[in-house]
Amino acid sequence: MQGLGILSALVWLPIAGGVAVLALGDRRIAAARWLALIAAIATVALTIPLWIGFDRGTAEFQFVERLPWITAFNSWYHLGVDGISLPLIVLTAVMTVPVIIASWKVIETRPAQYYAAFLIMAGLMIGVFAAIDGLLFYFFWEAMLIPMFLIIGVWGGPRRVYATFKFFLYTFLGSVLMLVALIYLYVQGGDYSLRALHELPLTLVEQRWIFLAFLAAFAVKVPMWPVHTWLPDAHVEAPTGGSVILAAIMLKMGGYGFLRFSLPITPDASRELDWLMIALSLIAVVYISLVALVQTDMKKLIAYSSIAHMGFVTLGAFIAWDIADSTGALRGAAMGLDGAMVQMVSHGLVSGAMFLCVGVMYDRVHSREISAYGGVINTMPKFAGFMVFFSLANAGVPGTSGFVGEFLVIIASFKANFWYAFLVATILILGAAYTLWLVKRVIYGPVANEHVAQMPDLNRQELLVLGSLAVLVLLLGVWPAPLLDVMHSSIHHLVEQMTTSKLPL
Amino acid sequence: MPDMHTYWSTIAPAAPEMYLTAAICAILLIDVFAGGARRPRLTGTLTLLALAIGAWVAIEFGAVGERTVLFDGLYVADPLALVLKLSALLFVAVALLYSRPYMERRRIAGGEYYVLALTALLGIFVLASAANLLTLYIGVELLALSLYAMIAFDRESPVSAEAAIKYFVLGSIASGMLLYGISLVYGLTGTLALDEIAQRLTTEPSLGMVIGVAFVVVAIAFKFGAVPFHMWVPDVYHGAPTAVTLLISTAPKFAYFALAYRLLSQGLDGVSATWTQMIAVLAVLSLIVGNVFAIAQENLKRMLAYSAIANVGFILLGFTTGTTSGYQAALYYTIVYVLMTLGSFGVILLASRRDFEADQLDDYKGLHARDPMLALSMLMLMFSTAGVPPFVGFWAKLAIFEALWEAGSLWLVVIGALASVVGAFYYIRVVKLMYFDDAPAQPRGDAGRSLRFVLGLNAFAALALGVVPGALIDLCRSVLG
Repeated sequence: MQGLGILSALVWLPIAGGVAVLALGDRRIAAARWLALIAAIATVALTIPLWIGFDRGTAEFQFVERLPWITAFNSWYHLGVDGISLPLIVLTAVMTVPVIIASWKVIETRPAQYYAAFLIMAGLMIGVFAAIDGLLFYFFWEAMLIPMFLIIGVWGGPRRVYATFKFFLYTFLGSVLMLVALIYLYVQGGDYSLRALHELPLTLVEQRWIFLAFLAAFAVKVPMWPVHTWLPDAHVEAPTGGSVILAAIMLKMGGYGFLRFSLPITPDASRELDWLMIALSLIAVVYISLVALVQTDMKKLIAYSSIAHMGFVTLGAFIAWDIADSTGALRGAAMGLDGAMVQMVSHGLVSGAMFLCVGVMYDRVHSREISAYGGVINTMPKFAGFMVFFSLANAGVPGTSGFVGEFLVIIASFKANFWYAFLVATILILGAAYTLWLVKRVIYGPVANEHVAQMPDLNRQELLVLGSLAVLVLLLGVWPAPLLDVMHSSIHHLVEQMTTSKLPL
Repeated sequence: MPDMHTYWSTIAPAAPEMYLTAAICAILLIDVFAGGARRPRLTGTLTLLALAIGAWVAIEFGAVGERTVLFDGLYVADPLALVLKLSALLFVAVALLYSRPYMERRRIAGGEYYVLALTALLGIFVLASAANLLTLYIGVELLALSLYAMIAFDRESPVSAEAAIKYFVLGSIASGMLLYGISLVYGLTGTLALDEIAQRLTTEPSLGMVIGVAFVVVAIAFKFGAVPFHMWVPDVYHGAPTAVTLLISTAPKFAYFALAYRLLSQGLDGVSATWTQMIAVLAVLSLIVGNVFAIAQENLKRMLAYSAIANVGFILLGFTTGTTSGYQAALYYTIVYVLMTLGSFGVILLASRRDFEADQLDDYKGLHARDPMLALSMLMLMFSTAGVPPFVGFWAKLAIFEALWEAGSLWLVVIGALASVVGAFYYIRVVKLMYFDDAPAQPRGDAGRSLRFVLGLNAFAALALGVVPGALIDLCRSVLG
């Protein structure tokens, strides 16, 4: 049994910061704002010892904390990280800072509550990734809905109420089904700990139902076609910070759920139903990319692009068996999973940055319509540079982080089946088409109207935020080795779990 | 006087009831003779004092190591009874705290109000410790008669009078049902003691027994307000003065839990296959009807009434298992539900003023801007009732689901889960009104600072018990072992 440590600090520091900000209130908003920023930066600082002290050679959970929580359900306050959760925890901490800086001057209604909601959410999301007890995971997973519900509902656009109700009820429904499955697993095994769930033997019928229940929760979060319809609504109506967190972190929780729960707990059902997952992923990549092409609202376009990019994540995760079958080696299977993980981190940075870019323009012109812009480069040259850079990253141009994840998944699909690779590679064309067309219409050309002519270029905060994200995207693009290195052992272990049947002989 | 001492030690576990009876008589007399304008205030203070002493008496004398049966098998003292009594004491006390300024400002706070609350509490005590069908019935009637009178307490209000009459007529029918069911059980087993009934019910139930059980179940369903015996709930919740609604929607639930547990799980355990099916039908109907009808309500009190029906569905789901873990979950759910309901009605009381009843949903528009603390409390209570972590309502639902899964009732789990999603809609709609909508110009409630502190504590309890739920769950497990 281990006591409290750095992971607890990571979870509770932002939450405590959020409560403190709430207590300061709107009347002392300057202090509240600085406090929020300090709490966010302190959270990032806390991830540094985590990243350095992490032992890359093992797939075991590290920095483990285990305290009794609910003895009646044999559920523990059990935290730990491995190579799959560590990058996502760091991503969560890192992305919270730009959200707070980006709203420095923009949010005028109830700013203290705004910062508090984001800080509390950051803590809860880190809790989701750090929990290695099924019930504790669910606790954080669901609790996060509350701040997000408020963020969209209070600071969102004109149709915010519709969007936030849709978001809440969609995700709540999926999650409740997952809870039902989790309780079933507990009743069978008498233990909520993740390792115990991973090792619990299950018949194929049981696995199938549990897989589908998990799918209900994770597919909605990812989101996969056809349960993706809440995302464009939520994105469009959410304030910039909300969109960033939604795209950068919350969608990752679905992908993380597949890697952490579906694949290791129900390997045989995952294998049996991998055709379904592959089909849905390919639909997401091809069909949703086409949908993105015709959007007239910038946020909607990026939202659909997110769905398409998350299709890579699910594809990378579920082609493992096809690769193993066609190449006879497990090494190739790991490549798809590697790609899925890199894609998650990269997409977190890139889509977050894209939404921040849209936010920058929205703050100046108060429109998200593509047609309201044109020739922005003439008035905002610095901004245009960043926007073009992130768009290229979104299209997966080599040298950016977007390339690494997509490339790994495409190569892995080649090993599995030529047609998968053919279809998934269409994103290289379609993705380039919708992002570059967006750039062409918004950034280039003559100055479209009076509003655009009066847009001031980036201020210091915006420059700082976009600049640091650009550095990260570039760094990950040219030198992804540190990230792959951290994940290696855990991905390898996951492949072993996936390919070991749980069926009783 | 050694004899006296010996005799006292044999009846000591019943001290809480004896004390409460004496306290009621004393307060009634003081109320009559004190006179003057300060009369209701004095009685209110004395009542709260009496409740505090009552808690001490219950712990000092009612806490027995093991099940003790007194008065020739009429009365039982066990850990369950103690927990139910202490919970009822606590919640009645908080309910009176909330309702005191409300009643006083409306000048309807006679001293009788407090005395009736105490007799209702005595009814709950008697039910909690009933070991015999007669004791059970006395408890039910004592509680019900006190409540009828309290609902009609606002003499000027025709709505209250209507609600009271409705409750009285339907309640009498339910009492009749209970008596009829009890008489069949008595006739077929030849005893009124629950222990002996349990011992004699070993064979397949006869048709007469099935009918008797059915009548008993109907009576329990009526008391709880389960569908299709729920018709009185919205009208009574709506019609009664809010302070009284607060009282009838909270502590009596413990009594009905005791009624169901003592009668079905202890007395009629031998024929549990018969009644678990009936309860399952009631539970499913309550979940569906309660949640769906709640969506259509525009009055918060009515909405909470339908929410009560749906939550009773969850409590009954615990009973459908017929297992100890099911009863434990039901007890936990009852305590948690009462805690949240107390707070929700407390918010209505605190948002109201002397000349204004904040019971329409629209009255809560923009509450956040007027009264942030009240809005935050309501937000926590609503999310908790919806069953969203980190609030305690989530664990209550989880405990029920877990017990159902253990009993292998897949469909009940799925229905319960889906019902909670439907239910989430109308709870978060209240949050929407408070936080997302603009406020019409309206003054805030006129409640005092200490009362707001109590409400904040109430809402905070829903959070604290949600983050650290272990102790209360363990308590519920230990008293029903």
